[in-house]
Amino acid sequence: MSYIQDYPSRLSDPASRKMETFSYLPEMTKTQIRAQVQWIVDHGWNPGIEHTEPENATDYYWYMWKLPMFGETDVDAILAEIEECHKANPKHHVRLLGYDNFTQSQGANMVVRRGKMV
Amino acid sequence: MNVQPKKKYDAGVKDYRSTYWEPDYSVKETDILAVFKVIPQDGVPREEAAAAVAAESSTGTWTTVWTDLLTDLDHYKGRAYRIEDVPGQDEAFYAFIAYPADLFEEGSVVNVFTSIVGNVFGFKAVRSLRLEDVRFPIWFVKTCFGPPHGIQVERDKMDKYGRPLLGCTIKPKLGLSAKNYGRAVYEVLRGGLDFSKDDENVNSQPFMRWRDRFLFCQEAIEKAQAETGERKGHYMNVTAPTVEAMFQRAEFAKELGTPIIMSDYLTVGWAAHNSLSKWCRDNGMLLHVHRAMHAVMDRNPNHGINFRVLAKMLRLLGGDHLHSGTVVGKLEGDRNATLGWINLMRDKFVKEDRSMGVFFDQDWGSMPGVFPVASGGIHVWHMPALVSIFGNDSVLQFGGGTLGHPWGNAAGAAANRVALEACVQARNEGREIEKEGKDILIAAAKHSPELKSAMETWKEIKFEFDTVDKLDVQHR
Repeated sequence: MSYIQDYPSRLSDPASRKMETFSYLPEMTKTQIRAQVQWIVDHGWNPGIEHTEPENATDYYWYMWKLPMFGETDVDAILAEIEECHKANPKHHVRLLGYDNFTQSQGANMVVRRGKMV
Repeated sequence: MNVQPKKKYDAGVKDYRSTYWEPDYSVKETDILAVFKVIPQDGVPREEAAAAVAAESSTGTWTTVWTDLLTDLDHYKGRAYRIEDVPGQDEAFYAFIAYPADLFEEGSVVNVFTSIVGNVFGFKAVRSLRLEDVRFPIWFVKTCFGPPHGIQVERDKMDKYGRPLLGCTIKPKLGLSAKNYGRAVYEVLRGGLDFSKDDENVNSQPFMRWRDRFLFCQEAIEKAQAETGERKGHYMNVTAPTVEAMFQRAEFAKELGTPIIMSDYLTVGWAAHNSLSKWCRDNGMLLHVHRAMHAVMDRNPNHGINFRVLAKMLRLLGGDHLHSGTVVGKLEGDRNATLGWINLMRDKFVKEDRSMGVFFDQDWGSMPGVFPVASGGIHVWHMPALVSIFGNDSVLQFGGGTLGHPWGNAAGAAANRVALEACVQARNEGREIEKEGKDILIAAAKHSPELKSAMETWKEIKFEFDTVDKLDVQHR
Protein backbone atom coordinates (compact mmCIF):
# COMPACT_ATOMS: atom_id res chain seq x y z
CA MET A 1 0.00 0.00 0.00
CA SER A 2 1.34 3.39 -0.92
CA TYR A 3 1.98 5.99 1.74
CA ILE A 4 -1.15 7.66 3.08
CA GLN A 5 -1.15 10.40 5.68
CA ASP A 6 -4.01 10.69 8.18
CA TYR A 7 -5.94 13.94 8.35
CA PRO A 8 -5.57 14.85 12.02
CA SER A 9 -8.65 17.01 12.64
CA ARG A 10 -10.56 16.05 15.83
CA LEU A 11 -13.66 17.26 17.65
CA SER A 12 -11.67 16.77 20.86
CA ASP A 13 -8.70 18.81 19.65
CA PRO A 14 -9.20 22.59 19.80
CA ALA A 15 -6.35 23.03 17.34
CA SER A 16 -8.71 21.72 14.66
CA ARG A 17 -10.87 24.84 14.89
CA LYS A 18 -10.53 27.29 12.03
CA MET A 19 -11.55 30.91 11.60
CA GLU A 20 -12.35 31.43 7.95
CA THR A 21 -10.16 33.37 5.53
CA PHE A 22 -6.42 32.65 5.90
CA SER A 23 -6.94 30.33 8.86
CA TYR A 24 -5.56 27.42 6.81
CA LEU A 25 -2.29 29.34 6.36
CA PRO A 26 0.36 29.96 9.00
CA GLU A 27 -0.23 32.99 11.21
CA MET A 28 0.71 36.12 9.26
CA THR A 29 3.96 37.98 9.93
CA LYS A 30 3.93 41.73 10.51
CA THR A 31 4.97 42.32 6.90
CA GLN A 32 2.16 40.12 5.64
CA ILE A 33 -0.41 41.88 7.81
CA ARG A 34 0.82 45.24 6.56
CA ALA A 35 0.26 44.12 2.96
CA GLN A 36 -3.32 43.10 3.77
CA VAL A 37 -4.00 46.44 5.46
CA GLN A 38 -2.67 48.14 2.35
CA TRP A 39 -5.07 46.06 0.22
CA ILE A 40 -8.01 47.28 2.31
CA VAL A 41 -6.87 50.90 2.10
CA ASP A 42 -6.25 50.64 -1.65
CA HIS A 43 -9.87 49.56 -2.18
CA GLY A 44 -11.26 52.47 -0.23
CA TRP A 45 -12.79 50.10 2.32
CA ASN A 46 -13.24 51.24 5.90
CA PRO A 47 -10.98 49.26 8.23
CA GLY A 48 -12.47 47.80 11.38
CA ILE A 49 -11.18 45.63 14.20
CA GLU A 50 -13.09 43.00 16.19
CA HIS A 51 -12.03 40.59 18.92
CA THR A 52 -13.45 37.70 20.90
CA GLU A 53 -12.69 35.09 23.52
CA PRO A 54 -11.67 31.99 21.57
CA GLU A 55 -14.61 30.03 23.04
CA ASN A 56 -17.04 32.44 21.35
CA ALA A 57 -15.30 32.56 17.98
CA THR A 58 -18.14 30.89 16.09
CA ASP A 59 -20.62 33.66 16.87
CA TYR A 60 -21.48 36.09 14.09
CA TYR A 61 -20.81 39.08 16.33
CA TRP A 62 -17.44 39.60 17.97
CA TYR A 63 -16.70 42.61 20.16
CA MET A 64 -16.15 45.71 18.09
CA TRP A 65 -12.93 47.47 19.01
CA LYS A 66 -13.91 51.15 19.29
CA LEU A 67 -15.60 52.06 15.98
CA PRO A 68 -14.68 51.22 12.38
CA MET A 69 -11.92 53.58 11.24
CA PHE A 70 -13.96 55.49 8.68
CA GLY A 71 -11.78 57.19 6.11
CA GLU A 72 -8.53 56.02 7.72
CA THR A 73 -5.87 55.46 5.06
CA ASP A 74 -2.74 55.50 7.22
CA VAL A 75 -1.52 51.91 7.30
CA ASP A 76 0.59 52.52 10.41
CA ALA A 77 -2.35 53.96 12.30
CA ILE A 78 -4.42 50.86 11.47
CA LEU A 79 -1.60 48.53 12.49
CA ALA A 80 -1.24 50.45 15.77
CA GLU A 81 -4.94 49.91 16.52
CA ILE A 82 -4.55 46.18 15.95
CA GLU A 83 -1.69 46.19 18.47
CA GLU A 84 -3.66 48.24 20.96
CA CYS A 85 -6.65 45.90 20.73
CA HIS A 86 -4.34 42.92 21.19
CA LYS A 87 -2.62 44.47 24.24
CA ALA A 88 -5.95 45.20 25.87
CA ASN A 89 -7.22 41.67 25.13
CA PRO A 90 -4.13 39.50 25.00
CA LYS A 91 -5.97 36.16 25.04
CA HIS A 92 -8.46 37.07 22.34
CA HIS A 93 -8.62 36.43 18.63
CA VAL A 94 -8.36 39.73 16.78
CA ARG A 95 -9.67 40.17 13.26
CA LEU A 96 -9.29 42.90 10.70
CA LEU A 97 -12.21 43.83 8.44
CA GLY A 98 -12.61 46.03 5.41
CA TYR A 99 -16.16 47.37 5.20
CA ASP A 100 -17.23 47.90 1.62
CA ASN A 101 -20.16 50.29 1.82
CA PHE A 102 -21.03 49.94 -1.86
CA THR A 103 -21.68 46.21 -1.69
CA GLN A 104 -22.97 46.46 1.91
CA SER A 105 -20.55 43.69 2.70
CA GLN A 106 -17.03 43.11 3.94
CA GLY A 107 -14.40 43.10 1.22
CA ALA A 108 -11.92 41.60 3.65
CA ASN A 109 -12.16 39.77 6.95
CA MET A 110 -9.19 37.93 8.46
CA VAL A 111 -7.88 36.96 11.85
CA VAL A 112 -4.59 38.77 12.47
CA ARG A 113 -3.96 37.69 16.07
CA ARG A 114 -4.83 34.20 17.13
CA GLY A 115 -5.67 33.43 20.72
CA LYS A 116 -5.21 29.95 22.14
CA MET A 117 -7.89 27.72 20.63
CA VAL A 118 -10.31 26.13 23.03
CA MET B 1 -67.32 63.50 -37.61
CA ASN B 2 -65.82 61.99 -40.64
CA VAL B 3 -62.81 59.92 -39.51
CA GLN B 4 -61.70 57.38 -42.08
CA PRO B 5 -59.99 54.20 -40.91
CA LYS B 6 -56.41 54.36 -42.20
CA LYS B 7 -56.14 50.78 -43.37
CA LYS B 8 -58.36 48.50 -45.39
CA TYR B 9 -58.37 44.74 -45.20
CA ASP B 10 -56.33 43.21 -48.00
CA ALA B 11 -56.10 39.42 -47.73
CA GLY B 12 -53.01 37.53 -48.85
CA VAL B 13 -49.33 37.15 -48.11
CA LYS B 14 -47.18 40.27 -47.82
CA ASP B 15 -43.49 40.77 -47.32
CA TYR B 16 -42.70 40.82 -43.63
CA ARG B 17 -40.40 43.78 -44.15
CA SER B 18 -43.21 46.06 -45.19
CA THR B 19 -44.53 45.87 -41.62
CA TYR B 20 -41.72 44.65 -39.37
CA TRP B 21 -38.50 46.25 -40.70
CA GLU B 22 -38.06 49.78 -39.33
CA PRO B 23 -34.47 50.97 -39.61
CA ASP B 24 -35.51 54.45 -38.44
CA TYR B 25 -37.10 53.19 -35.25
CA SER B 26 -35.63 54.76 -32.14
CA VAL B 27 -35.49 52.28 -29.32
CA LYS B 28 -37.56 53.01 -26.19
CA GLU B 29 -36.29 52.64 -22.60
CA THR B 30 -39.21 50.31 -21.96
CA ASP B 31 -38.62 47.97 -24.93
CA ILE B 32 -37.28 44.50 -24.50
CA LEU B 33 -34.41 44.29 -26.99
CA ALA B 34 -33.05 41.11 -28.51
CA VAL B 35 -30.24 40.33 -30.88
CA PHE B 36 -30.36 37.18 -32.96
CA LYS B 37 -27.68 35.68 -35.14
CA VAL B 38 -29.52 34.76 -38.31
CA ILE B 39 -28.53 32.60 -41.25
CA PRO B 40 -31.32 33.02 -43.78
CA GLN B 41 -32.30 30.52 -46.45
CA ASP B 42 -30.68 31.15 -49.81
CA GLY B 43 -32.30 34.01 -51.66
CA VAL B 44 -34.00 35.55 -48.60
CA PRO B 45 -32.75 39.14 -48.18
CA ARG B 46 -31.42 40.11 -44.74
CA GLU B 47 -34.11 42.70 -44.09
CA GLU B 48 -36.84 40.21 -44.93
CA ALA B 49 -35.35 37.52 -42.71
CA ALA B 50 -34.89 39.97 -39.83
CA ALA B 51 -38.44 41.25 -40.24
CA ALA B 52 -39.74 37.69 -40.35
CA VAL B 53 -38.02 36.93 -37.05
CA ALA B 54 -39.50 40.08 -35.50
CA ALA B 55 -42.96 39.19 -36.79
CA GLU B 56 -42.98 35.53 -35.85
CA SER B 57 -41.67 36.27 -32.35
CA SER B 58 -44.31 38.96 -31.72
CA THR B 59 -47.63 39.70 -33.36
CA GLY B 60 -47.32 38.34 -36.87
CA THR B 61 -48.27 35.26 -38.74
CA TRP B 62 -47.65 34.17 -42.33
CA THR B 63 -50.69 35.82 -43.87
CA THR B 64 -52.75 38.90 -43.22
CA VAL B 65 -55.83 38.32 -41.03
CA TRP B 66 -58.79 40.65 -40.68
CA THR B 67 -58.53 40.76 -36.90
CA ASP B 68 -55.17 42.59 -37.31
CA LEU B 69 -57.32 45.61 -38.04
CA LEU B 70 -59.17 45.42 -34.72
CA THR B 71 -56.03 46.42 -32.85
CA ASP B 72 -53.25 48.92 -33.14
CA LEU B 73 -50.46 46.78 -34.52
CA ASP B 74 -48.00 49.65 -34.36
CA HIS B 75 -48.39 49.57 -30.60
CA TYR B 76 -47.82 45.83 -30.22
CA LYS B 77 -45.55 44.66 -32.99
CA GLY B 78 -41.90 43.74 -32.61
CA ARG B 79 -39.61 45.60 -35.00
CA ALA B 80 -36.33 44.67 -36.59
CA TYR B 81 -34.43 47.95 -36.28
CA ARG B 82 -30.83 47.13 -37.09
CA ILE B 83 -28.77 44.64 -39.04
CA GLU B 84 -25.04 44.05 -38.56
CA ASP B 85 -22.45 41.76 -40.07
CA VAL B 86 -21.21 38.93 -37.89
CA PRO B 87 -17.42 39.24 -37.72
CA GLY B 88 -15.70 36.33 -39.40
CA GLN B 89 -18.87 34.82 -40.88
CA ASP B 90 -20.26 35.90 -44.25
CA GLU B 91 -23.59 34.13 -44.39
CA ALA B 92 -24.76 35.14 -40.90
CA PHE B 93 -25.88 38.54 -39.65
CA TYR B 94 -27.11 40.02 -36.40
CA ALA B 95 -30.72 41.17 -36.34
CA PHE B 96 -31.68 43.60 -33.56
CA ILE B 97 -35.33 43.50 -32.58
CA ALA B 98 -37.30 45.74 -30.23
CA TYR B 99 -40.40 44.41 -28.49
CA PRO B 100 -42.80 46.87 -26.86
CA ALA B 101 -43.48 46.49 -23.13
CA ASP B 102 -47.18 45.75 -23.62
CA LEU B 103 -46.42 42.45 -25.34
CA PHE B 104 -45.42 40.83 -22.06
CA GLU B 105 -46.82 39.79 -18.71
CA GLU B 106 -45.08 41.54 -15.83
CA GLY B 107 -42.60 39.37 -13.93
CA SER B 108 -42.99 36.43 -16.31
CA VAL B 109 -39.75 35.09 -17.69
CA VAL B 110 -41.84 32.22 -19.00
CA ASN B 111 -43.97 34.59 -21.05
CA VAL B 112 -41.04 36.55 -22.49
CA PHE B 113 -39.24 33.45 -23.68
CA THR B 114 -42.35 31.71 -24.93
CA SER B 115 -42.63 34.69 -27.24
CA ILE B 116 -39.12 35.41 -28.33
CA VAL B 117 -37.75 31.89 -28.60
CA GLY B 118 -41.05 30.30 -29.54
CA ASN B 119 -42.20 29.24 -33.01
CA VAL B 120 -39.63 31.44 -34.65
CA PHE B 121 -36.84 28.89 -34.06
CA GLY B 122 -38.51 26.42 -36.36
CA PHE B 123 -39.35 29.00 -38.96
CA LYS B 124 -38.50 27.86 -42.50
CA ALA B 125 -37.25 31.18 -43.90
CA VAL B 126 -34.23 31.01 -41.63
CA ARG B 127 -31.72 28.21 -41.82
CA SER B 128 -30.57 28.77 -38.27
CA LEU B 129 -31.16 31.24 -35.52
CA ARG B 130 -29.42 32.03 -32.27
CA LEU B 131 -30.55 34.37 -29.54
CA GLU B 132 -27.32 36.12 -28.56
CA ASP B 133 -28.46 38.65 -25.97
CA VAL B 134 -31.56 40.27 -24.49
CA ARG B 135 -31.84 43.67 -22.82
CA PHE B 136 -34.41 43.59 -20.04
CA PRO B 137 -35.78 47.04 -19.25
CA ILE B 138 -35.91 48.10 -15.63
CA TRP B 139 -39.71 47.70 -15.40
CA PHE B 140 -39.32 44.03 -16.24
CA VAL B 141 -36.38 43.51 -13.87
CA LYS B 142 -38.35 45.12 -11.06
CA THR B 143 -41.37 42.90 -11.62
CA CYS B 144 -39.29 39.71 -11.55
CA PHE B 145 -38.41 38.02 -8.32
CA GLY B 146 -34.68 37.64 -8.56
CA PRO B 147 -32.26 35.72 -6.33
CA PRO B 148 -33.77 34.58 -3.03
CA HIS B 149 -30.83 36.10 -1.13
CA GLY B 150 -27.96 37.06 -3.40
CA ILE B 151 -24.23 37.27 -2.89
CA GLN B 152 -24.15 39.77 -0.04
CA VAL B 153 -26.76 38.03 2.10
CA GLU B 154 -25.21 34.62 1.50
CA ARG B 155 -21.82 35.92 2.67
CA ASP B 156 -23.44 37.25 5.83
CA LYS B 157 -25.37 34.07 6.51
CA MET B 158 -22.35 31.85 5.91
CA ASP B 159 -19.98 34.37 7.56
CA LYS B 160 -17.42 34.11 4.76
CA TYR B 161 -15.69 37.16 3.30
CA GLY B 162 -12.77 38.22 1.19
CA ARG B 163 -12.32 35.05 -0.81
CA PRO B 164 -14.12 32.75 -3.24
CA LEU B 165 -16.15 29.96 -1.62
CA LEU B 166 -15.09 26.36 -2.08
CA GLY B 167 -17.25 23.42 -3.02
CA CYS B 168 -17.13 19.86 -4.27
CA THR B 169 -19.53 17.59 -6.08
CA ILE B 170 -19.71 14.17 -4.48
CA LYS B 171 -18.63 11.34 -6.79
CA PRO B 172 -19.34 8.79 -8.12
CA LYS B 173 -22.35 10.66 -9.40
CA LEU B 174 -24.62 7.69 -8.90
CA GLY B 175 -24.66 4.46 -6.97
CA LEU B 176 -23.54 5.29 -3.43
CA SER B 177 -25.71 4.41 -0.45
CA ALA B 178 -26.93 7.33 1.61
CA LYS B 179 -24.63 6.51 4.50
CA ASN B 180 -21.51 6.14 2.35
CA TYR B 181 -22.46 9.32 0.53
CA GLY B 182 -22.77 11.19 3.83
CA ARG B 183 -19.29 9.97 4.70
CA ALA B 184 -17.88 11.57 1.56
CA VAL B 185 -19.70 14.81 2.47
CA TYR B 186 -18.37 14.80 6.03
CA GLU B 187 -14.81 14.26 4.84
CA VAL B 188 -14.74 17.17 2.38
CA LEU B 189 -16.38 19.53 4.85
CA ARG B 190 -14.07 18.71 7.75
CA GLY B 191 -11.12 19.14 5.39
CA GLY B 192 -11.97 22.78 4.77
CA LEU B 193 -14.58 23.16 2.03
CA ASP B 194 -17.56 25.44 2.56
CA PHE B 195 -19.99 23.35 0.58
CA SER B 196 -20.49 19.96 -0.94
CA LYS B 197 -22.98 19.25 -3.66
CA ASP B 198 -25.39 16.63 -4.89
CA ASP B 199 -24.81 15.90 -8.51
CA GLU B 200 -27.60 17.02 -10.80
CA ASN B 201 -28.88 13.53 -11.43
CA VAL B 202 -28.89 12.56 -7.76
CA ASN B 203 -32.60 12.83 -7.03
CA SER B 204 -34.21 9.87 -5.27
CA GLN B 205 -33.11 6.66 -6.88
CA PRO B 206 -33.52 3.16 -5.44
CA PHE B 207 -29.89 3.07 -4.25
CA MET B 208 -30.32 6.28 -2.25
CA ARG B 209 -33.68 7.81 -1.45
CA TRP B 210 -33.69 11.53 -0.88
CA ARG B 211 -34.80 11.43 2.73
CA ASP B 212 -32.00 9.14 3.81
CA ARG B 213 -29.47 11.27 1.93
CA PHE B 214 -30.68 14.47 3.54
CA LEU B 215 -30.48 12.99 7.04
CA PHE B 216 -26.98 11.59 6.67
CA CYS B 217 -25.70 14.73 4.95
CA GLN B 218 -27.13 16.92 7.69
CA GLU B 219 -25.23 14.99 10.35
CA ALA B 220 -22.11 15.36 8.21
CA ILE B 221 -22.61 19.12 8.07
CA GLU B 222 -23.22 19.47 11.79
CA LYS B 223 -20.24 17.40 12.80
CA ALA B 224 -17.92 19.18 10.38
CA GLN B 225 -19.13 22.53 11.71
CA ALA B 226 -18.46 21.50 15.31
CA GLU B 227 -15.04 20.19 14.34
CA THR B 228 -13.85 23.16 12.28
CA GLY B 229 -15.80 25.99 13.89
CA GLU B 230 -16.86 27.17 10.41
CA ARG B 231 -20.26 27.28 8.73
CA LYS B 232 -20.91 24.56 6.15
CA GLY B 233 -23.58 23.43 3.75
CA HIS B 234 -24.50 20.64 1.37
CA TYR B 235 -26.60 21.50 -1.68
CA MET B 236 -29.49 19.14 -1.12
CA ASN B 237 -30.95 18.51 -4.54
CA VAL B 238 -34.74 18.83 -4.42
CA THR B 239 -35.15 18.30 -8.17
CA ALA B 240 -38.06 15.85 -8.37
CA PRO B 241 -40.60 14.42 -10.83
CA THR B 242 -43.43 16.65 -9.63
CA VAL B 243 -43.63 20.11 -8.15
CA GLU B 244 -45.36 18.65 -5.07
CA ALA B 245 -42.48 16.24 -4.50
CA MET B 246 -39.98 19.06 -4.97
CA PHE B 247 -41.62 21.11 -2.23
CA GLN B 248 -41.95 18.10 0.04
CA ARG B 249 -38.18 17.67 -0.16
CA ALA B 250 -37.55 21.38 0.33
CA GLU B 251 -39.76 21.45 3.41
CA PHE B 252 -37.91 18.50 4.89
CA ALA B 253 -34.56 20.18 4.25
CA LYS B 254 -35.86 23.21 6.10
CA GLU B 255 -37.01 21.08 9.04
CA LEU B 256 -33.47 19.73 9.30
CA GLY B 257 -32.13 23.28 9.52
CA THR B 258 -29.88 22.89 6.51
CA PRO B 259 -28.74 26.15 4.90
CA ILE B 260 -28.91 25.41 1.16
CA ILE B 261 -30.82 23.33 -1.37
CA MET B 262 -30.44 22.97 -5.13
CA SER B 263 -32.52 22.80 -8.27
CA ASP B 264 -31.92 22.30 -11.97
CA TYR B 265 -33.71 25.25 -13.50
CA LEU B 266 -33.87 24.06 -17.08
CA THR B 267 -35.04 20.50 -16.45
CA VAL B 268 -37.54 21.30 -13.65
CA GLY B 269 -39.00 24.05 -15.81
CA TRP B 270 -38.92 27.78 -15.32
CA ALA B 271 -42.27 28.13 -13.59
CA ALA B 272 -41.43 25.38 -11.10
CA HIS B 273 -38.02 26.91 -10.50
CA ASN B 274 -39.48 30.37 -9.99
CA SER B 275 -41.88 28.99 -7.36
CA LEU B 276 -39.02 27.24 -5.59
CA SER B 277 -36.96 30.39 -5.61
CA LYS B 278 -39.78 32.33 -3.97
CA TRP B 279 -40.15 29.58 -1.38
CA CYS B 280 -36.43 29.86 -0.66
CA ARG B 281 -36.66 33.56 0.11
CA ASP B 282 -39.72 33.05 2.30
CA ASN B 283 -37.99 30.27 4.19
CA GLY B 284 -34.45 31.63 4.49
CA MET B 285 -33.02 28.87 2.32
CA LEU B 286 -30.11 29.50 -0.05
CA LEU B 287 -30.60 28.14 -3.57
CA HIS B 288 -27.88 26.58 -5.67
CA VAL B 289 -28.77 26.25 -9.33
CA HIS B 290 -27.43 23.70 -11.74
CA ARG B 291 -27.86 24.06 -15.51
CA ALA B 292 -28.28 20.53 -16.90
CA MET B 293 -29.37 20.72 -20.57
CA HIS B 294 -27.85 24.15 -21.17
CA ALA B 295 -25.36 22.90 -23.75
CA VAL B 296 -28.25 21.56 -25.83
CA MET B 297 -29.26 25.19 -26.29
CA ASP B 298 -26.06 27.17 -26.02
CA ARG B 299 -23.20 25.23 -27.57
CA ASN B 300 -23.98 25.44 -31.27
CA PRO B 301 -22.62 28.83 -32.38
CA ASN B 302 -25.32 29.22 -35.06
CA HIS B 303 -28.49 27.92 -33.47
CA GLY B 304 -30.06 28.10 -30.05
CA ILE B 305 -29.68 30.47 -27.11
CA ASN B 306 -26.38 31.89 -25.93
CA PHE B 307 -25.62 31.07 -22.28
CA ARG B 308 -25.46 34.76 -21.43
CA VAL B 309 -29.21 34.86 -22.05
CA LEU B 310 -29.81 31.75 -19.97
CA ALA B 311 -27.72 33.33 -17.19
CA LYS B 312 -29.71 36.56 -17.27
CA MET B 313 -32.89 34.51 -17.25
CA LEU B 314 -31.77 32.69 -14.10
CA ARG B 315 -30.94 35.92 -12.32
CA LEU B 316 -34.50 37.06 -13.05
CA LEU B 317 -36.06 33.73 -12.04
CA GLY B 318 -33.99 33.52 -8.90
CA GLY B 319 -31.01 31.55 -7.66
CA ASP B 320 -28.11 32.29 -5.34
CA HIS B 321 -25.53 30.23 -7.27
CA LEU B 322 -25.36 29.33 -10.95
CA HIS B 323 -22.87 27.17 -12.83
CA SER B 324 -21.07 29.37 -15.31
CA GLY B 325 -18.23 27.31 -16.77
CA THR B 326 -14.63 27.32 -15.63
CA VAL B 327 -12.65 28.52 -18.67
CA VAL B 328 -9.78 26.27 -17.57
CA GLY B 329 -11.40 22.90 -16.77
CA LYS B 330 -12.86 20.00 -18.73
CA LEU B 331 -16.02 21.80 -19.90
CA GLU B 332 -16.58 24.27 -22.70
CA GLY B 333 -16.06 28.00 -22.09
CA ASP B 334 -14.38 30.90 -23.88
CA ARG B 335 -12.62 33.23 -21.41
CA ASN B 336 -14.02 36.59 -22.52
CA ALA B 337 -17.50 35.23 -23.11
CA THR B 338 -17.45 33.69 -19.63
CA LEU B 339 -16.29 36.98 -18.10
CA GLY B 340 -19.18 38.66 -19.91
CA TRP B 341 -21.85 36.47 -18.38
CA ILE B 342 -20.34 36.30 -14.91
CA ASN B 343 -20.47 40.11 -14.90
CA LEU B 344 -24.12 39.83 -15.94
CA MET B 345 -24.75 37.51 -13.00
CA ARG B 346 -23.07 39.66 -10.37
CA ASP B 347 -22.97 43.35 -11.23
CA LYS B 348 -25.58 46.06 -10.73
CA PHE B 349 -25.00 47.56 -14.17
CA VAL B 350 -23.24 45.97 -17.13
CA LYS B 351 -22.22 48.10 -20.08
CA GLU B 352 -22.35 46.94 -23.67
CA ASP B 353 -18.99 45.37 -24.48
CA ARG B 354 -18.71 43.39 -27.69
CA SER B 355 -15.29 42.07 -26.69
CA MET B 356 -17.13 40.10 -23.99
CA GLY B 357 -20.18 39.32 -26.10
CA VAL B 358 -22.37 41.83 -24.26
CA PHE B 359 -24.61 43.52 -26.84
CA PHE B 360 -26.65 45.81 -24.61
CA ASP B 361 -26.30 47.88 -21.45
CA GLN B 362 -28.12 45.99 -18.72
CA ASP B 363 -29.36 47.75 -15.60
CA TRP B 364 -30.27 45.31 -12.83
CA GLY B 365 -31.72 47.93 -10.53
CA SER B 366 -31.58 46.62 -6.99
CA MET B 367 -31.75 42.96 -7.96
CA PRO B 368 -29.15 40.98 -5.97
CA GLY B 369 -26.28 39.21 -7.72
CA VAL B 370 -25.79 35.49 -8.25
CA PHE B 371 -22.58 33.66 -7.35
CA PRO B 372 -21.06 32.15 -10.50
CA VAL B 373 -19.96 28.56 -9.89
CA ALA B 374 -16.86 27.22 -11.62
CA SER B 375 -17.08 23.46 -11.64
CA GLY B 376 -15.78 20.63 -13.78
CA GLY B 377 -12.31 19.17 -14.20
CA ILE B 378 -10.44 21.67 -12.07
CA HIS B 379 -7.70 20.98 -9.54
CA VAL B 380 -5.16 22.83 -7.39
CA TRP B 381 -2.95 23.82 -10.32
CA HIS B 382 -5.87 25.78 -11.78
CA MET B 383 -6.33 27.77 -8.57
CA PRO B 384 -4.27 30.86 -9.49
CA ALA B 385 -6.09 31.22 -12.82
CA LEU B 386 -9.49 30.64 -11.22
CA VAL B 387 -8.94 33.24 -8.50
CA SER B 388 -7.76 35.66 -11.13
CA ILE B 389 -10.63 35.03 -13.57
CA PHE B 390 -13.49 34.77 -11.09
CA GLY B 391 -12.41 37.04 -8.24
CA ASN B 392 -13.87 36.77 -4.74
CA ASP B 393 -17.55 36.53 -5.59
CA SER B 394 -17.55 33.00 -6.92
CA VAL B 395 -17.82 29.38 -5.84
CA LEU B 396 -14.97 27.18 -7.03
CA GLN B 397 -15.93 23.52 -7.09
CA PHE B 398 -13.42 20.74 -7.21
CA GLY B 399 -15.04 17.31 -7.53
CA GLY B 400 -12.38 14.91 -8.74
CA GLY B 401 -9.88 17.55 -7.64
CA THR B 402 -10.92 16.95 -4.02
CA LEU B 403 -12.10 13.33 -3.93
CA GLY B 404 -9.27 12.07 -6.10
CA HIS B 405 -6.56 13.07 -3.61
CA PRO B 406 -4.36 10.08 -2.83
CA TRP B 407 -4.99 10.50 0.92
CA GLY B 408 -8.75 10.95 0.59
CA ASN B 409 -11.38 13.65 0.65
CA ALA B 410 -10.37 15.55 3.78
CA ALA B 411 -6.80 15.91 2.57
CA GLY B 412 -8.05 16.88 -0.89
CA ALA B 413 -10.28 19.53 0.62
CA ALA B 414 -7.48 20.90 2.81
CA ALA B 415 -5.18 21.06 -0.23
CA ASN B 416 -7.72 23.14 -2.12
CA ARG B 417 -8.39 25.41 0.83
CA VAL B 418 -4.68 26.06 1.41
CA ALA B 419 -4.12 26.69 -2.32
CA LEU B 420 -7.08 29.07 -2.43
CA GLU B 421 -6.02 31.06 0.60
CA ALA B 422 -2.42 31.24 -0.59
CA CYS B 423 -3.58 32.65 -3.94
CA VAL B 424 -5.91 35.18 -2.30
CA GLN B 425 -3.21 36.27 0.13
CA ALA B 426 -0.68 36.68 -2.69
CA ARG B 427 -3.18 38.60 -4.83
CA ASN B 428 -3.89 40.96 -1.94
CA GLU B 429 -0.16 41.47 -1.52
CA GLY B 430 -0.12 42.78 -5.08
CA ARG B 431 1.45 39.76 -6.76
CA GLU B 432 0.46 38.65 -10.27
CA ILE B 433 -0.94 35.30 -9.35
CA GLU B 434 -1.42 33.86 -12.82
CA LYS B 435 2.23 34.51 -13.65
CA GLU B 436 3.61 33.56 -10.25
CA GLY B 437 1.10 30.78 -9.57
CA LYS B 438 3.62 28.00 -9.47
CA ASP B 439 5.87 29.74 -6.93
CA ILE B 440 2.90 30.67 -4.77
CA LEU B 441 1.63 27.10 -4.64
CA ILE B 442 5.07 25.61 -4.04
CA ALA B 443 5.63 28.00 -1.13
CA ALA B 444 2.19 27.18 0.32
CA ALA B 445 2.86 23.44 0.03
CA LYS B 446 5.84 23.77 2.38
CA HIS B 447 3.47 23.91 5.33
CA SER B 448 0.75 21.70 3.81
CA PRO B 449 1.65 18.11 3.01
CA GLU B 450 -1.89 17.71 1.64
CA LEU B 451 -1.29 20.41 -0.95
CA LYS B 452 2.13 19.03 -1.84
CA SER B 453 0.62 15.62 -2.51
CA ALA B 454 -2.23 17.12 -4.60
CA MET B 455 0.26 19.07 -6.70
CA GLU B 456 2.24 15.93 -7.41
CA THR B 457 -0.91 14.00 -8.33
CA TRP B 458 -2.32 16.45 -10.88
CA LYS B 459 0.85 17.97 -12.23
CA GLU B 460 0.35 16.95 -15.83
CA ILE B 461 -3.41 17.16 -16.26
CA LYS B 462 -4.65 19.91 -18.52
CA PHE B 463 -7.70 20.18 -20.73
CA GLU B 464 -6.56 21.98 -23.81
CA PHE B 465 -9.22 21.37 -26.41
CA ASP B 466 -10.38 24.24 -28.55
CA THR B 467 -13.66 25.87 -27.58
CA VAL B 468 -16.59 25.19 -29.92
CA ASP B 469 -18.71 28.18 -28.96
CA LYS B 470 -16.33 31.11 -29.37
CA LEU B 471 -17.10 34.77 -29.52
CA ASP B 472 -17.64 35.97 -33.07
CA VAL B 473 -14.42 37.66 -34.12
CA GLN B 474 -12.74 38.37 -37.39
CA HIS B 475 -10.16 35.65 -37.84
CA ARG B 476 -9.08 36.05 -41.42
